[in-house]
Parts: sequence; C-alpha cells; structure tokens
Amino acid sequence: MKNKISALLLGTASLLAFAGFASADDKVVKIGSLSDQSGLYADVGGPGSTLAAQMAVEDSGLLNKGWKIEVISGDHQNKPDIGSNITRQWFDVDKVDVVVDTPNSGVALAVSNIIKEKNGIFLNSGAGSSDLTNAQCSPNTIHWTYDTYMLAHGTGSALTKAGGATWFFLTADYAFGAALERDTTAAVIAGGGKVVGGVKHPLNTSDFSSFLLQAQASKAKVIGLANAGGDTSNAIKQAAEFGIISGGQKLAGLLMFITDVHAIGLPVAQGLNFTETFYWDANDQTRAFSKRFQDRMRNKQVPTMSQAGVYSALTHYFKALDAMGGNSHDGAKIVAKMKEMPTDDPLFGKGSIQPNGRKIHPAYLFEVKKPSESKGPWDYYKLVATIPAEEAFTPLDKSTCPLLKK
Amino acid sequence: MSINLQALFAQLLVGLINGSFYALLSLGLAVIFGMLNIINFAHGALYMMGAFAAYFLLNVLGIGYWWALIIAPLAVGLFGIILERTMLQWIAQLDHLYGLLLTFGLGLIIQGVFQNYFGSSGLPYAIPDELKGGVNLGFMFLPIYRGWVVVFSLVVCLATWYLIERTRLGANLRAATENPTLVRAFGINVPRMITLTYGLGVGLAALAGVLSAPINQVRPLMGADLIIVVFAVVVIGGMGSIMGSIITGFALGIVEGLTKYFYPEASNTVVFVLMVLVLLIKPSGLTGRTA
Repeated sequence: MKNKISALLLGTASLLAFAGFASADDKVVKIGSLSDQSGLYADVGGPGSTLAAQMAVEDSGLLNKGWKIEVISGDHQNKPDIGSNITRQWFDVDKVDVVVDTPNSGVALAVSNIIKEKNGIFLNSGAGSSDLTNAQCSPNTIHWTYDTYMLAHGTGSALTKAGGATWFFLTADYAFGAALERDTTAAVIAGGGKVVGGVKHPLNTSDFSSFLLQAQASKAKVIGLANAGGDTSNAIKQAAEFGIISGGQKLAGLLMFITDVHAIGLPVAQGLNFTETFYWDANDQTRAFSKRFQDRMRNKQVPTMSQAGVYSALTHYFKALDAMGGNSHDGAKIVAKMKEMPTDDPLFGKGSIQPNGRKIHPAYLFEVKKPSESKGPWDYYKLVATIPAEEAFTPLDKSTCPLLKK
Repeated sequence: MSINLQALFAQLLVGLINGSFYALLSLGLAVIFGMLNIINFAHGALYMMGAFAAYFLLNVLGIGYWWALIIAPLAVGLFGIILERTMLQWIAQLDHLYGLLLTFGLGLIIQGVFQNYFGSSGLPYAIPDELKGGVNLGFMFLPIYRGWVVVFSLVVCLATWYLIERTRLGANLRAATENPTLVRAFGINVPRMITLTYGLGVGLAALAGVLSAPINQVRPLMGADLIIVVFAVVVIGGMGSIMGSIITGFALGIVEGLTKYFYPEASNTVVFVLMVLVLLIKPSGLTGRTA
C-alpha cells in the first residue's frame, strides 16, 4: 500500500516537474513484455518471453529485499503503429519502466524512438536490425541478444568461405529483412563472394514456391533466407520439396531459432548452418534453466535465444537497480549504470555492453544434427565454431551510432 | 525485367497449385452459403483442424496419409455437424451478421485453443513416400506431391459440383434452400439435409487441410492466413455459385503466381485489388446470383 501511494506521488510529481521525478527513488518496477503474442514470431518471443521475464524477477532476489516488481505483456501484432500505441500507453498511463523483447525490427525501431522520448528503458532481445545500435541508436536502448551484423558475419562469412561464392536472397519485405540482406551482402563481398540476385517477399508468406523457383533459376550456390520465424521454416521445407538441395544449391537460414528447427523437423532441417548466441543444451546452467522454463510453458518448448535474452537482460537490469539502491525511473541514468557494469548470467556467461547500446557475448555457429544423431526432442544442434564476442558484433570503430561521437 | 518464358510457365503451374487450395476452400464456403445462408468464418479454423487431424492420426495412432485423407474430413465434418446442431441451426433464420459473429468467434476460439497447446510455429508432417520426389518438366522441377494436389482437388471439386448440380440429392438440396416448407411437404427431412450439407462443406475444408499438411507447416494459424484470401476469392467469384467458386479459385491462384513473378511485393494484395475492382464493376461477383 505504501508503495502504491509513493507511486501515485511519483506520478503526480512527474506531472509537476521532471526534475522532481528523477530524485524520488523507490523500489517499484513495472516491466512490459512487448511481443508478437499470436503470430509468426509468437514462439520465438511471445508468451515465452513474458515467462522468461517473470523468471528473471523471481530469480533476482529483489522481491525478498522489499521490491515490488510487476510484469505485464502486450501484443504488437507485428504492426509498428500498434506497438507504438501500446508503448505510449505503458509509459503515459501504466507507468512502465522497461520494455523487453519486441521482435520485429519495424516495431522495435518505432518503439525505441518513443522510449527515448519518454526516457524509459528498452531492453531489446527479439529484433534483429543492427540499425538499433548504429544510425538509430539511443541512450535508452540496449540491444541484447543478436543482430543482423552478427548473423551475417557468423553464417554469411562461414558459408562464403566454405565455397558459397554466389548468393541469391529471399528477403522478408520489412526493416529486418532489408538490414539482414544488407549486412550479409557486405559479409559475402568481404569474403570474396558475389550476390547474383534476390527477391522480396511479404512478411508472413505461406507459399514460397514462386520465390524458390526464381532462386533455383538464378543458379546461385547459396540461397540466403533473410527472413525469420514461420517464413524461414516454410521456405526451408518447400525448398526441399522443389529439389533445391538435391540440385546442389545450399540454403542459408540466416536467422533460425530452435522452434523453427522443431517445426521443420530434423529430416528436412539436417545440415543447415546458422548462428545463435544461446542454446539450451550448452551447459548445466542453461539446461537447468531450460528445464524450469519448459515445465512452465504450455507448448513445452525450450527457450529460444530471444527468450533467454529477455531473462539475461532483466537479470542485469536488476543487478544495476540493486547496486543503485532504488529505482530512479530515469531510464538513461539506469542504462548508463548498466553499461558500466560487466554482465554475467547463467545463460550467456560473461559479457559487456558497448557505449552504443550493443550487448556483446560470444556467438556460436551451429549445424543441425542428423535424425540419427539426435537423442530426443529438442536435441538438435552441433557446435561448429565459437565466435568471440569482439568479432561477433560490429566493431565500435565501424559503428555509425551518433552517441559515440564526443 | 526480361520475361523468361520458362519461368513464366513455372509460375503458372505454381499458381495452379495454390489455386487448388483456394478452390477447395471457397467451394466449401460456397456450398455452406448456398444451402445454409451462413457465411462460415470458422472455415479457416476447420481447415487447420483437418491438418492437425492428419498430424494426430500419424503421430498418435500411426495412421498414414492415405487414410487421413478419408478419416480427417469425416472426423472434422462430424465436428462441424455438432456445431451446426448445437449452435448454427438456431441462427439460420436471423440476419447474416449473427452467423458471421458466431462463426468468427468459433474460429477464434478453436484457433486459440490449438495455439495454446501447440504454439505458433507448427509441427512437421512429411510427404507420403509414394509421392516423394519430383519430375523435371524441362521448364521447372515439379514435386510429384504438388501435381497430385492439383489433380486430386480438381476431381473433388468437380465431383462436388456434380453432386449438387446434377444429382437428385443435389436437386432436393437446392429446392430445400429455395423453399424449405414446400420441400418438407414432400416428406424430405430438410433440417437433416442442411446439417449434412454443413458437414460436407466442413469436410471439404478439412480435406484441404490434409492436402496442405505436407506442404505448409501444420500450424494453428495456417487457416487464418489463408481464409482472408479465400473470402476474397468467394466475393470475386460470387457468393453461392459452385462452379464460379471453383473457377475463380484456380484463376486467382494463377493471377497471384504471376504477380509473384512480376512484382513479388504485391503478391499478397493483388487478390484484394481484384476484389475491389470486381465489387465496383459487378457487385454480385463474376458468376454470382443477384440477391
């Protein structure tokens, strides 16, 4: 009750004077998990991300120290306008402190701008566009789990080196697809390869046959799938049908999540290479977390890297709040504190946050197991290579983030 | 862009494959609308149930694709019959809006339940061994399974058309929609006939679901993604016209295929642009009866 009153006072104070807002520390936190709750990215983030946020709250130990932390969720339906409206309402009416997850780069870029305007905190785990920490970077945003640069340099470079000299792109027609195609093209060219063509498909396409035929006709050695979630799994499944793999072309699922591999099934997915920053079966800590997570998920899925990222980001956020002794509700100040502190959590290990808001940690190039190698459900990946944190993400001197210019 | 004749043929064929699904689904809608006067917005969810039925038959009971083609439509059709008996029959005489709301709500509930338990990314369903592989047609590599889908759905569509337009049973059905009281006076059980018709329409949706299971992922949202297009197909073809819905289904699949070749970004809007044009020029649809 006392907290409620202080929150009320805070709200009033914030209307009167912004300075008064920043000075009043309390121990109340409200987290908004903004995601695609029912569409093609719902298994990647969605309810699983809300659960991961909840678990981060429970594991933080702050509840025992008298903190009051609440997690709410919102469905942006992959539409930037809806995502923006929810974000505005969360900050203006519901007094949310931090927004997490938010797959779909189109939504994430819009939300990041609003959160900057509201001086909130955006811990993005689900979106891919590397623009979030380059041209569009913000002092209020940390891009946690992965980005298109990392995917491009992990998978794109590896496949080009392995003989994939010519590429054809199937690109989802929105911010993320464009960023992924751009970054991968750069990686392919840097590796001595060439892009021979590409086609843009609408987001959430169920039939890829037309696009696949065009890719097949291009005779490119590698077909790069610059899309995600349901789009990627449909494209891969149908590519098998049209004899693209048996015809000698290689598929590059540039962004794959474990739920996609599960949906495609090992007989079709085997041999695919892609880059992720989290795998549930990496070590004892990730296994323990995944077990607890799975038990609480209705569809019994293991956590994806996006969902793990939500947990990891919030864990670090809570450490910063604990170190500061209270919640100042001053987004930029808390983010600055988070950037100061080195990160360490059970899921991503040790890492750090760069001044442009990019969280860095090692990335892993995986290969999908053959059905005969898999010991059971969700045992899908073989580790091919580990990419050190410094190499996996955009080098700071190449980042175009205006925050870096002093 | 230079027009590559081979690629063009390939796109036409691919369009025909998608058209088969549109045709099967819009046919079911047309049958239901023609006979029951209900716009069945639960159609997409029932199509999805057909695919899930095939998945469960295989993974729980070990029953393969061929039996699923028969069992899944029957099972889902039975579910449809239950829906009709318990809910839809009470609103048949009311305004279209009631049917729309009820079926739309049912669709959302069914979809939500599946999504709750199976997530949104779906489950794999393999192509049956007999139909694996493909043939090289010179201008394209045609997966045998897709060829099968075109042929099979054409047969089913024509059989349904024949059943309704050319047989005694079909004649009774059509008469019952025109004047139920009079047909009842001839000793025909009209309510039962309507129930069975709804079951037939739903069965067709489930059949399309089974056919699409090996191509698309078996996903709770697979119907929601498709049904909007199918409604556009029905609007273009004309509500309630059996042959119209079949022809429009195939034709629009081809138009969409061509768009994917010439201007891929517009491929999921082209059907709606056409719908707008048809509504402006011929509001009852290309082959529709005027209300």
